[in-house]
This record gives sequence, C-alpha cells and structure tokens, in this order.
Amino acid sequence: MAVLLNKESRVVVQGITGRSGFLHTQLCREYGTRIVAGVTPGKGGIHVEGIPVFNTVEEAVRHTGANVSMIFVPPPGAADAILEAADAGIDLAVCITEGIPVRDMVPVKRIIAGKKMRLIGPNCPGVITPGECKVGIMPGYIHKKGKIGVVSRSGTLTYEAVKQLTDVGLGQSTCVGIGGDPIIGMNFIDVLGLFNEDPQTEGVFMIGEIGGGAEEEAAYWIRENMKKPVGAFIAGVTAPPGKRMGHAGAIITGGKGRAEDKINVLAECGVVVAKSPTRMGETMLEAMNIG
Amino acid sequence: MNLHEYQAKEIIAAYGIPIPRGRVALTSDQVERAAKEFGGRCVVKAQIHAGGRGKAGGVRLVHHPEQAQDVGKELFGKRLVTHQTGPEGLKVRRILVEEAVEIAREFYLSITLDRASSRYCLIASAEGGVDIEEVAAKSPEKIHILTIDPFFGLRPYQARQIALALGLAGSLCEDCVNLILNLYRVCLEKDCFLAEINPLVVTKAGWLMAMDAKITFDDNAIFRHREYPDMMDYSQLDPLEINAGKYDLAYIKLDGTIGCLVNGAGLAMATLDVLKEFGGEPANFLDVGGGASREKVAEAFKIILQDDDVKGIFVNIFGGIMRCDVIAQGIIEAANEVHCPLPIVVRMDGSRVEEGKKLLLESGLNVQCGDSLGDAAQRIVSMLS
Repeated sequence: MAVLLNKESRVVVQGITGRSGFLHTQLCREYGTRIVAGVTPGKGGIHVEGIPVFNTVEEAVRHTGANVSMIFVPPPGAADAILEAADAGIDLAVCITEGIPVRDMVPVKRIIAGKKMRLIGPNCPGVITPGECKVGIMPGYIHKKGKIGVVSRSGTLTYEAVKQLTDVGLGQSTCVGIGGDPIIGMNFIDVLGLFNEDPQTEGVFMIGEIGGGAEEEAAYWIRENMKKPVGAFIAGVTAPPGKRMGHAGAIITGGKGRAEDKINVLAECGVVVAKSPTRMGETMLEAMNIG
Repeated sequence: MNLHEYQAKEIIAAYGIPIPRGRVALTSDQVERAAKEFGGRCVVKAQIHAGGRGKAGGVRLVHHPEQAQDVGKELFGKRLVTHQTGPEGLKVRRILVEEAVEIAREFYLSITLDRASSRYCLIASAEGGVDIEEVAAKSPEKIHILTIDPFFGLRPYQARQIALALGLAGSLCEDCVNLILNLYRVCLEKDCFLAEINPLVVTKAGWLMAMDAKITFDDNAIFRHREYPDMMDYSQLDPLEINAGKYDLAYIKLDGTIGCLVNGAGLAMATLDVLKEFGGEPANFLDVGGGASREKVAEAFKIILQDDDVKGIFVNIFGGIMRCDVIAQGIIEAANEVHCPLPIVVRMDGSRVEEGKKLLLESGLNVQCGDSLGDAAQRIVSMLS
C-alpha cells in the first residue's frame, strides 16, 4: 500500500529541461519511477531521453494520464507552476524548488486548500515509496521497503535517519520530506494522518527542527489520534539563540520553538524521542517494542 | 535581511506613515549639526540590527548640540549589547538623530507571517513599547491578532475594528485605519517578513506617529527587488558570515574549537548536537547546501580555516546523489591550497564512498575517516582532547 506514491504513479516533471530537472528525471527513472511527461513552456514537442515534453501541464495530463508532478521550476515561476498542476487535475505535486518568496506562497496555499491536489514542499527532498516510486532528490539506495513511515522537515538529516532505520533492519513504507519553508503544503499532521490509515505502515519516525510550533501541534495530534508507535528526533538542542529583530515572531509563537520545548511535548504525548542523532534507528526499534 | 530603523522609516514614510523629522549621522560632528537643526533637544539613536537598544544605552534624549556630540562620540564604534544581539554585541556605525516628540499614548503594531495559518497577520496592542512580549505572555487578551485572508485582503472595516480596540476615536481612528492599510501595502509590495512599528504613538499635539520601525525583507524575493543589496549594512554581520554569504553558504560563528562542514541545515544542527554529546565544542555552524558541490566544499574549508580558534575540522557530508570521490577531491584541493595543518575527520555517505575514503587516506593530509556519525564525532573529539 504505502502512501502518496506507488508503482502505478505516473509522473510529469515540470522544468524537465533545466539542469536539476533533467538530472533528477534520469535518477528517478533509474530507480523505477514511471516518468511519462515533461513540461517546459516553449519547448513543447521535443523529447528528453525519450520522454515527451509539453508546453503546459494540462496537455501533459491529457496526452499521458500523468497524476503526479515533480516541480523543478526556478523560484520566480514556481508558485505559478504549483497552481498550474492543481488546475490540470494532478493528484500530488512535489515541489523541490528552493527559494520561493513567502508572498507568492500565501495565495498558493489559500487556493489549493479548495482543490483535490496534495502539495509536498516546496524546498523539500521529495517523497519515496521504496522499491516502487521515487519523486525527489533523495538517494534511492539508502532506502529499503518495509513498515516504517518517515516524515521530516529536513533534507540530508532525513537521509541519515533512513540509513539508520535500514541499518537496524527497519524498512520504510514511504518517506516524506515536507520541506523547511515557512509555508508548505502538507504538514506533519497531514502526513501522520495518511500513515495512520495505511495498512503497510506499522510505525512512524518523525524528524523535526527548532523553530515554529509544528512539532508541538503534531505531538498533540498524535496523543489524540495516532494508533501506531511514533519515534522522533529534534535537531538543534545545542543551537545558540539567534539574533532577531522585533517582537512579532515571539508574540505569535508565545516564545516557543526551542528544541527542549518540542522534545518535552513529544515525550508527554507518548512519542519516543531519540536523545542523540546517532540513535535514531535504535529509538524507532525501541518505540516499536513498546508499542 | 534586516534593515536599520532609519531605512525602515524611510520606507514607511514613502507610504504616507508619519515619522519624526530625522537625520542620519556617520560622525559625531554630523550628530551635533543635526541636533542644532532640531533646536538642541533631540533623540540620539544608535542604528544596529537588533532591538532592546534603549535599555542598553543606545537611545538617549539630549538637550543641546554639544551633549548630542558627546553621546555620538561615545556610541560610534561601540559594540552595543542587548538581549537580542548575543554577548558580542553589534557595532554602531550610524546614528539617527530625531526631533524630540512629546508622547501622549503608545501602541504596538506589526504585520508578520503567521506560519500556523500560512497567512500574514496583523498584531496590535494598546500597550506598546519594549515590554510587549511580557504583555503577550501575561495578558494575551490585550493583544489583538487579525489573520489576513490573501483573497479578501485587509479591509478598512477590519482596520477600524483594530483602531477602535486600541481606544482611538474620531479622526485619529480614521488616521489609524489608513496607517494600518498602508503598512499592509508596505508588507506586500516590499516582500517583508516583518513590518513593525513599536511604539506607534499619539503625540501630545494629537497626531499618530511611528517612533520606531523595524523591517525584515524576505531574502528569497531579492530577484524582484534590486534595491535590497544597496540597503544591506554589512557591518552588522560577522566578516566570516559575509564571506560565506558570497558563496551561498550558511555560516554562523560559535565559541568552540571544532570547525564543522556539513551539507543541509538539519544535519548541520544534528552534527553540533552530536559533537557536544561527546564533549566537543563546535567552532561554527556551516551548511554548504544539500547538493554540496566541490567548489562550495572548497570555499567552506577556507572560511573555516580563517577562524583562529579552530583546532580540528569535522566534515559530515551525506552526499546521496553527490559522489564521495568528488567530495573527497574538493576537500583535498582546498586543504592543500590553504596548507591546512589541522587534523581532519571526514564522515561521508553516498555513492563511491570507498573510493572517496581511499583518496583521502592517500592524500598525505592529517585525515581520518569515520564509519558512522557517532564514530566520526568521537574521533575528532578525542583527537583534540
């Protein structure tokens, strides 16, 4: 089963003719992902490595039945690319692009709230269902098919966590990098909800960072709703307090966002929290044994 | 990207928000001249990228031009330490001299991004000033927060509700409505993460005025704001941080002895955590970006070595799609170019890891390879102790 992606997923790459878009199209295809189309405005009609390129996502969907989009469009056009995917009837858009202005993402988030399309990212490593489909920039070889769902705000730290899970013998159902930007599509709770209902997923590992209140909200949701064991790691316990301007951020977050706050709330809500980034795999084993 | 108070005030003034008359001074003589212009009695305000200046002695009311000059002499070049700067403080290079204004009432007003709702929100309070965070913590009912629907925009009637809640009436209320709407325009048109007026005051003469303003731009929007780079004051950053910024590296100087070079912010934070766990003290946070190209690794290496406190280097690269032999070459080239005499521990993961390790071990550098994050961290800590 897994979540979001499987063998049947048909992927269109927006920005396929760019450097990263082209490189990762090849790497995803090598992993086994069915890449059925690419989109680059103005380059419709050409083929890239045998993949047909269209001017619009709508055309790509009409001609190839694509239902997932992987977005590599540069920041000035990225918000538009997400909206185009939503309008073309795509089920899942994974936006890898880093550096989209917040002002562009505020209306995107508002618009897609009323659409069926799910958005992962932006500024994320992507989504992978090991052994079936990879839509993103993560290294495929560290993953192993299995029963742990992984959800993370981070990029390379997720690779470290996945490698540790694989090393202790815990494979993954699906790994979701939700992205580190202030405004993202699906959040921790949205993905936890999917894992909760997925028969293949028997436990979840969650990776958070300092800043914001998303981990705390996820912790309360887990306490009320989660049927499966959850392990977690929060990066930044030793991070020095940053220089900051003004008071607004502290007012709306109530001064929260420190790693200790997040770890305490998670532990109170029944999540097993790794005390060291060297013990993420062991921590998940422990959570599975308790659960 | 942060702006100085005087820059933020210039921006909001261009949108019709009233500010006190003021002059920016770069020398104490200029401070004196500006004070004369305002009749002697004026406020001398150190310009640094942090709040809490008043309590740190960076904002002074003076009564005649000579006094203004003395304060200027005292403040220029001084490192001002406030609760928002960190212990090393920030150097004062510019001073804003403003006419003294008689204040009747003070408010807090800001627009910022609310991550939880993914929308901008307006925050207002009838109790402004430096203790606003305390007000928010102790009496949250005194803080008015309005989340702005991007489709609906910020409407005059909503701004009026806020102005009335602040206790403003009559023409002052309508002035405040316009001011709030204009602040929202600033936020959108200038791509701000934060546009804050604290305090917003009613003067004894009965006018609304922004006594202090803070603006933080969204760095990601630089492609449509050619004015951003010119407004940046590099003296407010650590020189190593500026250098790192040129190569798109995220670098933060810390107090320890282990120079860290990591790809990805989350992994970089976790690396600091694990070094501390084994008793080591990191000298910096340095994220070369998820991709970690050979050029960036080389530049990062040079930046780390410019810090004299560094006694050893810890490289943690989860390459993934980057080949480890390429990363290893980048490390070797950089280390040779700068004649690095320090011990290096490398933890790499990714494709061709064995080839990468072989290159490093045969390079003639003082280098060890760790098999895992924990193993590598223990090695560098024990080498330095």
